Amino acid sequence: MKLDDVQRIAHLSRLELNQAEAEAVLPQLQAVFSLVEEMQAVDTSGLEPLAHPILFLRELAQPLRVDQVSESDHRIENMQSAPAQQDGYFLVPRVIE
Amino acid sequence: MSWHQTPIALMAKALAAKEVSSMELTQYFLSRIEAEKRWNAYLDVNAHLSLEQANKADALIAAGKGTRLTGIPLAHKDVFVTRGWKSTAASKILENYQSPFDATVVANLGMPSEENPHGAGMVCLGKTNMDEFAMGSSNENSAFGPVLNPWNRQYVSGGSSGGSAAAVAAGLAPIATGSDTGGSIRQPSAFCGITGIKPSYGRVSRYGMIAYASSLDQAGPMGKTAEDCALLLTAMSSHDPRDSTSLADSGEDYSRFLNKPWQDSSTNAAKPLEGLRVGLPKEFFAEGLAQDVANAVNTAAKALADLGATLVEVTLPKTKLSIPVYYVLAPAEASSNLSRFDGVRYGHRANEYKDLGDMYQKSRTEGFGAEVRRRILIGTYVLCHGYYDAYYLQAQKIRRIIAADFQAAFNQCDVILGPVAPDVAWRLGEKSKDPVQMYLEDIYTLSTNLAGLPAMSVPCGFNANDLPIGMQLIGNYFSEARLLQVAHQYQQASDWHLRQASEVA
Repeated sequence: MKLDDVQRIAHLSRLELNQAEAEAVLPQLQAVFSLVEEMQAVDTSGLEPLAHPILFLRELAQPLRVDQVSESDHRIENMQSAPAQQDGYFLVPRVIE
Repeated sequence: MSWHQTPIALMAKALAAKEVSSMELTQYFLSRIEAEKRWNAYLDVNAHLSLEQANKADALIAAGKGTRLTGIPLAHKDVFVTRGWKSTAASKILENYQSPFDATVVANLGMPSEENPHGAGMVCLGKTNMDEFAMGSSNENSAFGPVLNPWNRQYVSGGSSGGSAAAVAAGLAPIATGSDTGGSIRQPSAFCGITGIKPSYGRVSRYGMIAYASSLDQAGPMGKTAEDCALLLTAMSSHDPRDSTSLADSGEDYSRFLNKPWQDSSTNAAKPLEGLRVGLPKEFFAEGLAQDVANAVNTAAKALADLGATLVEVTLPKTKLSIPVYYVLAPAEASSNLSRFDGVRYGHRANEYKDLGDMYQKSRTEGFGAEVRRRILIGTYVLCHGYYDAYYLQAQKIRRIIAADFQAAFNQCDVILGPVAPDVAWRLGEKSKDPVQMYLEDIYTLSTNLAGLPAMSVPCGFNANDLPIGMQLIGNYFSEARLLQVAHQYQQASDWHLRQASEVA
């Protein structure tokens, strides 16, 4: 991992790092990835990835519910922590000129 | 009466016998919380709301409509969203956030109502401190300051459920909820000398539990005794249609085996654990384990043998690899989960920005702490095109090997015993400069989250500096009631769990 990679993934993560911060975090990330490299020595050919622990035990059906409205209107409560709002809508900077 | 030294099993009896009211208990703990702020265990307390709940609980008890736990106060880790109390996950990005709904765990334990008919009727004392978004092993990553260890305030409480552990250890709550993604219930329980259990994945609903790594996160109780944990877990766990990974068969009485011998046919009262095979994984006692921790866990193993158990050596060959596997998978899931924090619908929004993209970026950068930012960066990297197969998929494949290794071990034993952590609590600040050094401390706890197995922490001694040591019991899938049985039998024959920190009057 290089400094360019740090800035690239910071951008993908929507995080801002100035030059000094990127330089400070680089060795920390390098240390993590040198630890992670230990995985490469393991032979995993023929193995399926395990995304969910219970799938190791048994197949799980995707739980479905009846397609009906089950929630009542909580608009006021749902808006109470909005940083900016108007007329019951979330306000964001203009995106279409 | 020293209610802060009373297990909830006894508190329930006192409430049922009308020896004490929920109002009295709640007031008692609120006064202690007010007087003992030095531990920084709580992030939000609201006496008015707590007393209102206590009043309702007393009315339920008087009307004969209470459950066994009605009126008992408890604390919730701030990872569970609550109506009334702030829900911050100890992050600046959620500072002052008010949830419009209760997490299922909070509802299951809280006041019954028309929309929540099965609420256990427990009283919420407030929200406990934690590592930001549950990312950390010392509680030093909280945006609102570290939690101090009640056994010695120069030491960390452990993490990420450090506030819950310290609250129970300092007598600021009779019992508390926690969450465990890589050891976050078990390690702070060990560091603070209390008992905690992480159930099998899917036992307890994750609805309303602020997500860190969704395939690893699991909530559980943290209390004074295995019996108390069994009582709380019984009320916490349920099938929840609002969590797609909630298991259909979650509800059961986790205390049903507590006072029974391991084998139904056993008649020797002095050997209640006869027939139990305890597996000691050799990798858990290898290089890196502090000598006094090894001694305490070995002594506990002998105590189980004295109760009739047979000790066998087992092997979990990929134990060391659980660290890199976890530190790929958990950050990958975190980077996805935390993408919801954009400063639009809730949470922190930067004051100044050029446009929408800049607003996202500045809000997130200002709102997340250093460790959270680091894990988002790691997660984003391992999910990138070109690295996905080598890191993310490879980690998920090794995860399957780790789960299979446990099944091989469980062919030879019924429960696995080892240390919770390589050492006791460390000094505040001692490991915070080097993230990797902190990650290495999680070596014995990560693999059970990767496999989804239940595991618990039980006090089993102290080191030379009077800091608590915890042993870890790991069971096979859905064997929580059996794990709690083993821990309860051990606690009937030992008193480590009853010791109080000298600073806690």
